[in-house]
Amino acid sequence: MRAKHQRLVLGLLALAAIAGAALLALSALKDEAAFFYAPGDVAANPPPLDRGVRLGGMVETGSLKRRADGVSVAFVVTDGKARVPVAFRGVTPDLFREGSGVVAEGRFNRDGSFTADNLLAKHDERYMPPQIAGKMHKSDSIEQ
Amino acid sequence: MIAELGLAALWLAAAFAVVQLLLAWGGARASGIEGEHREAAEAEMMRALRRVALVQGLLALLSFMLLIALFVRSDMSVLLVAENSHSLKPLMYKVAGAWGNHEGSMLLWVTVLAVAGAGVAMFERRLAAGTLAATLGAQAAIGLGFYAFLGFASNPFVRLNPAAADGQGLNPLLQDPGLAFHPPTLYLGYVGLSVAFSFAVGALVMRDVGPAFARAMRPWVLGAWIFLTIGITAGSYWAYYELGWGGWWFWDPVENASLMPWLAATALLHSVTVLATRDGLRAWTLMLAVVAFSMSMIGTFLVRSGILVSVHAFAVDPTRGTFILALLGLYIGGALALFGARVGTVTQGSTFQLVSREGALVLNNLLLSVILGVVFIGTLYPLVAQAAGVQLSIGAPFFNKAIAPVALALVAATAIGPLLRWRRDNLNALLGKLLWPVAAAGVAFAFAFVLTGASHLLSVLGIAFAAGLAVASVLPLARRSLRRTPLHIWGMVVAHLGIAVSLGGMVADSAFTLERLAAVQVGDNVRVGPFQVALAEVRPTIGPNWSAVEARLTVRRGEGKPFDLFPQQRFFNTPPTNTSEAAIETMLDGQLYTVLGQGDDQGRWQLRLWWKPFVTLIWLGGGLIALGGLLALVGRVRRERRQADAEIYL
Repeated sequence: MRAKHQRLVLGLLALAAIAGAALLALSALKDEAAFFYAPGDVAANPPPLDRGVRLGGMVETGSLKRRADGVSVAFVVTDGKARVPVAFRGVTPDLFREGSGVVAEGRFNRDGSFTADNLLAKHDERYMPPQIAGKMHKSDSIEQ
Repeated sequence: MIAELGLAALWLAAAFAVVQLLLAWGGARASGIEGEHREAAEAEMMRALRRVALVQGLLALLSFMLLIALFVRSDMSVLLVAENSHSLKPLMYKVAGAWGNHEGSMLLWVTVLAVAGAGVAMFERRLAAGTLAATLGAQAAIGLGFYAFLGFASNPFVRLNPAAADGQGLNPLLQDPGLAFHPPTLYLGYVGLSVAFSFAVGALVMRDVGPAFARAMRPWVLGAWIFLTIGITAGSYWAYYELGWGGWWFWDPVENASLMPWLAATALLHSVTVLATRDGLRAWTLMLAVVAFSMSMIGTFLVRSGILVSVHAFAVDPTRGTFILALLGLYIGGALALFGARVGTVTQGSTFQLVSREGALVLNNLLLSVILGVVFIGTLYPLVAQAAGVQLSIGAPFFNKAIAPVALALVAATAIGPLLRWRRDNLNALLGKLLWPVAAAGVAFAFAFVLTGASHLLSVLGIAFAAGLAVASVLPLARRSLRRTPLHIWGMVVAHLGIAVSLGGMVADSAFTLERLAAVQVGDNVRVGPFQVALAEVRPTIGPNWSAVEARLTVRRGEGKPFDLFPQQRFFNTPPTNTSEAAIETMLDGQLYTVLGQGDDQGRWQLRLWWKPFVTLIWLGGGLIALGGLLALVGRVRRERRQADAEIYL
């Protein structure tokens, strides 16, 4: 009886651990999952102002401006449907340039502009597992 | 000719895997035969099985060696070489190029698997013949899936006609000694777990779960865990110095892919010890072996299928994606079905009290499982959401929030566990032993609180827990003769101390890092923490297959002697890529990390500077953890060999 008992208790503990992990993950997900927006989505589906999101699109040609302090940039992200002005302070990724894809991590401001804490350029090593970056390179060049 | 030989060796190895599976079937059945012929039949079968496993391992190894030869000779008539190598590359990266791509890494996987299977066949003497046969059969079945994958969906030996004039080169980010040897290290870990899985399948098939089985499995789990620890630590340091973003863990799906098997292996390592020493946690240990291998398969396939990066990569090669999913379902589903069908017949092992070493190890296992569950959900949820049409990403804030409290509880369990006796202990004795660790944690808490203020409460708690664990982890050595303490106890002490050291580094990095971002002209000065950094010059420079812009930074710490750092922006031609090479100065109390950014039309250069106090402890701790594993492995193997000798003399 005791042996059987102990086995039951261990089994229940294991179930409790799995349930605990799921609860913990779901509660954190509710607060911390960063949703992905394209500029065209913003009008239809207003983004929350108080949490981190990702904004993805192309850097509009001719929109990239470097600020006088030498470490801030302003540019416009577009998806052909809408445009969002983005401000970023920091070293831009190696592959970040006008006319190229970008994912900006940060927050929307009240006026509809976006302040980025982090930029991920297309093919950026931080964004992409290095092992398959080479592969992606090829499949992308086939698509383009 | 070499490519065709390589492919032939690969198919032959696959054929031997089929034979191995059939012989194992026969071997496992033979052990059930009663009567006078049984022993002779069994011995005959086992001899054949051992030889077949050995030949399979040698053939797979030959095939992989031939692939390396193709890369070393820069044979551009082979598609894989043309796509991933270049004739002007340094020799080391030509060799590493053989596994720095999808097909080659899959061939490496199956090679390590087959060689490990041959190792089990040749050297495993503790298991009953039937169980060993079933284990080798499971090993062959896993290998067959990979052979089929290589043969039908990603053949590494495909010819390119007409041959390319020269190769496209290896991704420059991979041209780094740290990363060249990173995948093999991780794969050794993954494959070690596959052997542990095969042992579990063998034990389930033959209903032979007990201390002998646990002792046979333990070295494989320990070995796998050591390699995973080294791989994760090295990968983290590589990302830190090579990517130039100053972080050491990004909670990137690819990183999580290696963390999940490590978490499962850590839990398995502790539960297999309970099974080997106290004959408890039988079913739980089997389950963990299945989970650990599932995690290493999921990890490999998440990274290798391209499914994580975008849905497009999945669609580019639907055969490969489908094949991968089918294999995953077959192995994990099959193992879970076997577990479900047989677990009822695994008899109950020894029981124990809640306050005991076993109790603490159960707690350790539960907390590790919770962390594993959270990482698993966080890594896969974006994929599920994407299938439902919602694009979202899950990053550091999610993981930090969900995992930090559980991780602190786990640190406490790590401190308490080794201070408890097996079977039963009493609470008062435990509280007495905890006096010193708790005092150390209290002092550290007060000290850190005064230093940083209330704003970093989690960091202050982290420092307190690290100090408490550091003291608790060396307590098992107290009142022992250090010379006569068994090596595996030393291993446990060193590994647990490593966790404290690593935790200290992580907390120091998150609480005390100072950052400075500035655009400066040559001759200007920037301050960060105790350092004065001057941009002395910016000049072009050239390497074997890249050119670069290099800055010379003259750094002075207080009144100390100035020294130079040389961060670079590199340009590679094949394939055309830029990388930033950070320049890092390591000191006793931390690292100064410098990155050169873009220049602008006014002659200014962006400089990004970090002063990271005690950040090196993170990887030093990782090294200690791996060293602890190694000591335990050597200690256990030596001890068992001695016991085997003693049995001969009895």
